[in-house]
Amino acid sequence: MTQSFPEEVLEHVFSFLTSHTDRNAVSLVSKSWYDTERWCRDHVFIGNCYAVNPRVLTRRFKEVKAVELKGKPHFADFNLVPEGWGGCVDPWIVEMGRVYSGLEEIRLKRMEVTDEGLEMVAKGFGKLKVLVLASCDGFSTDGLAAVAANCRNLRVLDLRECEVEELSCHWLSHFPDSFTLLESLNIACLSSEVSFSALERLVSRSPNLKTLKLNRTVPLEKLSTLLQRAPQLVEFGTGAYSAEGLDAYSSLAEAFSGCKKLKSLSGFWDVIPAYLPAVYSVCSQLTSLNLSYATTQSPDLSKIISHCHNLQRLVVLDYIEDTGLETVATSCKDLKELVVFPSDPYVADANVPLTEQGLVSVSQGCTKLHSVLYFCRQMSNSALVSISKNRPNITCFRLCILEPRSPDYLTLEPLDTGFGSIVENCKQLTRLSMSGLLTDRVFEYIGKHAKKLDMLSIAFAGDTDLGLHYILSGCDSLRKLEIRDCPFGDKALLANASKLETMRSLWMSSCFVSFGACKLLGQKMPRLNVEVIDERENLNSIPENVPVEKVYIYRTVCGQRFDMPDFVRIMGKDKADVYNLS
Amino acid sequence: MPPPLLGIDGDDQGHVSLMTSASTMESIFPKNAGLTERNYLGLSDSSSVDSSAVSGISDVKRNNLNLKATELRLGLPGSQSPERDPDADLVSAESLDEKPLFPLLPSKDGICSGSQKTFVSGNKRGFSDTICSNANVNNKVSSCAQTTMIKDATSKVVSQDQTHATFGNNNKVNTSNPPAAKAQVVGWPPVRSFRKNILATNAKTNDEVDGKPGLTALFVKVSMDGAPYLRKVDLRSYTTYQQLSSALEKMFSCFTLGQCGSQGSQSLSESKLRDLLHGSEYVLTYEDKDGDWMLVSDVPWDMFIGSCKRLKIMKGSDAIGLAPRAMEKSKNRN
Repeated sequence: MTQSFPEEVLEHVFSFLTSHTDRNAVSLVSKSWYDTERWCRDHVFIGNCYAVNPRVLTRRFKEVKAVELKGKPHFADFNLVPEGWGGCVDPWIVEMGRVYSGLEEIRLKRMEVTDEGLEMVAKGFGKLKVLVLASCDGFSTDGLAAVAANCRNLRVLDLRECEVEELSCHWLSHFPDSFTLLESLNIACLSSEVSFSALERLVSRSPNLKTLKLNRTVPLEKLSTLLQRAPQLVEFGTGAYSAEGLDAYSSLAEAFSGCKKLKSLSGFWDVIPAYLPAVYSVCSQLTSLNLSYATTQSPDLSKIISHCHNLQRLVVLDYIEDTGLETVATSCKDLKELVVFPSDPYVADANVPLTEQGLVSVSQGCTKLHSVLYFCRQMSNSALVSISKNRPNITCFRLCILEPRSPDYLTLEPLDTGFGSIVENCKQLTRLSMSGLLTDRVFEYIGKHAKKLDMLSIAFAGDTDLGLHYILSGCDSLRKLEIRDCPFGDKALLANASKLETMRSLWMSSCFVSFGACKLLGQKMPRLNVEVIDERENLNSIPENVPVEKVYIYRTVCGQRFDMPDFVRIMGKDKADVYNLS
Repeated sequence: MPPPLLGIDGDDQGHVSLMTSASTMESIFPKNAGLTERNYLGLSDSSSVDSSAVSGISDVKRNNLNLKATELRLGLPGSQSPERDPDADLVSAESLDEKPLFPLLPSKDGICSGSQKTFVSGNKRGFSDTICSNANVNNKVSSCAQTTMIKDATSKVVSQDQTHATFGNNNKVNTSNPPAAKAQVVGWPPVRSFRKNILATNAKTNDEVDGKPGLTALFVKVSMDGAPYLRKVDLRSYTTYQQLSSALEKMFSCFTLGQCGSQGSQSLSESKLRDLLHGSEYVLTYEDKDGDWMLVSDVPWDMFIGSCKRLKIMKGSDAIGLAPRAMEKSKNRN
């Protein structure tokens, strides 16, 4: 049987497909397409490291240049996944080191990375160009030193919101003096000092450096030195943005004005407002501004933002207030993404004048707005309806009303109709996080309208299993569902068991899913791992009708995993349930 | 393809339809379940609302859960549900008065709440046990979904009282009500911990009010010699060394059990466990902001959590020489 196209032609056609979803789709067309595709895919994305295993990866794809792996479930960001749960990258590094000698890019998210693992990376992948560790932990500056010393081809070292054990400030010095290729360095997550002289020398000998994100300990007085050495920077993150007196001001302002290509600013810890105008000269160039550590008041924030006419992404604290957001609405007409974090999340009545009105203003004024993460203390159905009608192009809508189960503050009703309006009007919505008082009705709306919804986060919402049933039976595109503290139990879960195989994962914690149901689900669905995460003693003697603390359900081709701590059980499987993958 | 589960059927495109007749649907989901009219409190009949400061969270929300619709009998996790065999419980209420795993100095703070605990077996959330007895949890509907909330909410009240008791001398009685600090629900609001800690530092420098209880979470890592992985605890969810100690005890007991498992005893009786734990003489140490390792001792609790960067459970023999430094250090500072 001959192919209609020679393989080379097919491969050439495939080379235009960059998204992994497209690649996955073509590999399902026929066996020959599958085979052709697997030989030429060089960027592999694995959204759940336990859905496959390292051997499955290396058996299928032979010449991989870039790998992206994700480990812990999203709620691990909020300390809902106990330490030790898993997601260690070392076995992957061992296996990939064996097969992918040409690996150039490693991107990890929410994985546990050890110093030994980093050493293996450093010594095993001589061609490594990109190392991005996002929300990872388990390693120290020793591991970073190994990377610095050995990765001769490194361009990108990005420690995005990692937890690093900081044993020494000298790891940066391990980059050899002959190393000049650095393009991107992000150390903003480090809390201890790094050796400034090493940093300065590194910056000085890196003519291609485009991204430099410092940590808090780099003093403001040193910023102008660095900026003068790297006027070609595109993304810059300051350290602590404060100093005694104003001596450093003019050199800083001058240094900033020399950065003609600067597009993104961040950092700004401990801001002293008097120093903010030093950045005015670059404001009109900025497309991204992150002031989420700038604990300064609305007028100062508004002033700087009003200069940023080309801003596309703004991250800020609720200190910006409704008035500041009105400034955003009038000044930042290109705004695509807005993030507002709470300054004082634990105080019930913090008296910060940021309300739903701020978001409404931005939704009116910024016609390109499509992504929102907004923390506030009050919301109303009418505001949500307005927002949805103003901005039907919203694709990501995450609203967190700080007090769980807060009703519409005007009518005291649930916020069902408001969120219902969001899903009904924003037809391209792919991500939704909800809060406030919500009944089963909102889930009915979501199941009915949110056909493109890919990820849904629910907390303290709903009344009965019907709510969960609406979601699982109605949301055709749903791949990630995470639920906490909702009265959803066994019925909806079991009734929609097959749906779970079409999703990447489902997380439910502090709900009503029982041990018995988890066991049943695990028994009946061999391609799902039903992980019960429960830290109580004597799990074996807890009756089957008692709810589990947490359950994490995900599809997998690998069956059991063998690195589970004692508080994790995969339910309903015999130890022998490991697929033979020959 | 696995056999259909409870009438699920999927066609080739992976579309799932609930293959049930109308009558089966009715039996799974009774008509209009959960869609009855409710006022904003989630109650279908009028009831008075307790207007205490903390009630916004605790009291009124319990009734929001219509368990009847699910027709499942569910017990509170770790509660004495009728089916449980009490003998299977490893630790009972009497153990409270026993010497703790980590021999801290006898609590001078006098607010050891141990004696008040109605220890609910199987519950690993140490301090929340205190709350069960103190909270007015008089309705059986209280569900696991509510547990953390209620317990944390009422723990708020308890810990405030305890704080005032401890610092009775310098108790600044605020005549103007300070903004009510929220109860600490784990992982809520969904803000990353590094973001919380940074803001906490700012708040501390801005206003010097003593012990605003429950301000932010303060997660520190806890390691134990010989344990394969670390744990994390939120220091602000405890107000006494006793609470911290018993929480850690429960968290790490599995490792100690592992060590004795080789002796062939399958079911460990209470007394055996106690003997083992006390015999091993583990001590609790912490690393402070200067990087020094100290014994967790009798510096005031707030001072401790202000300087503790992480915890380590060491064998007593490894911790020789650490004891006196903590108090000396704080004296030298003052």
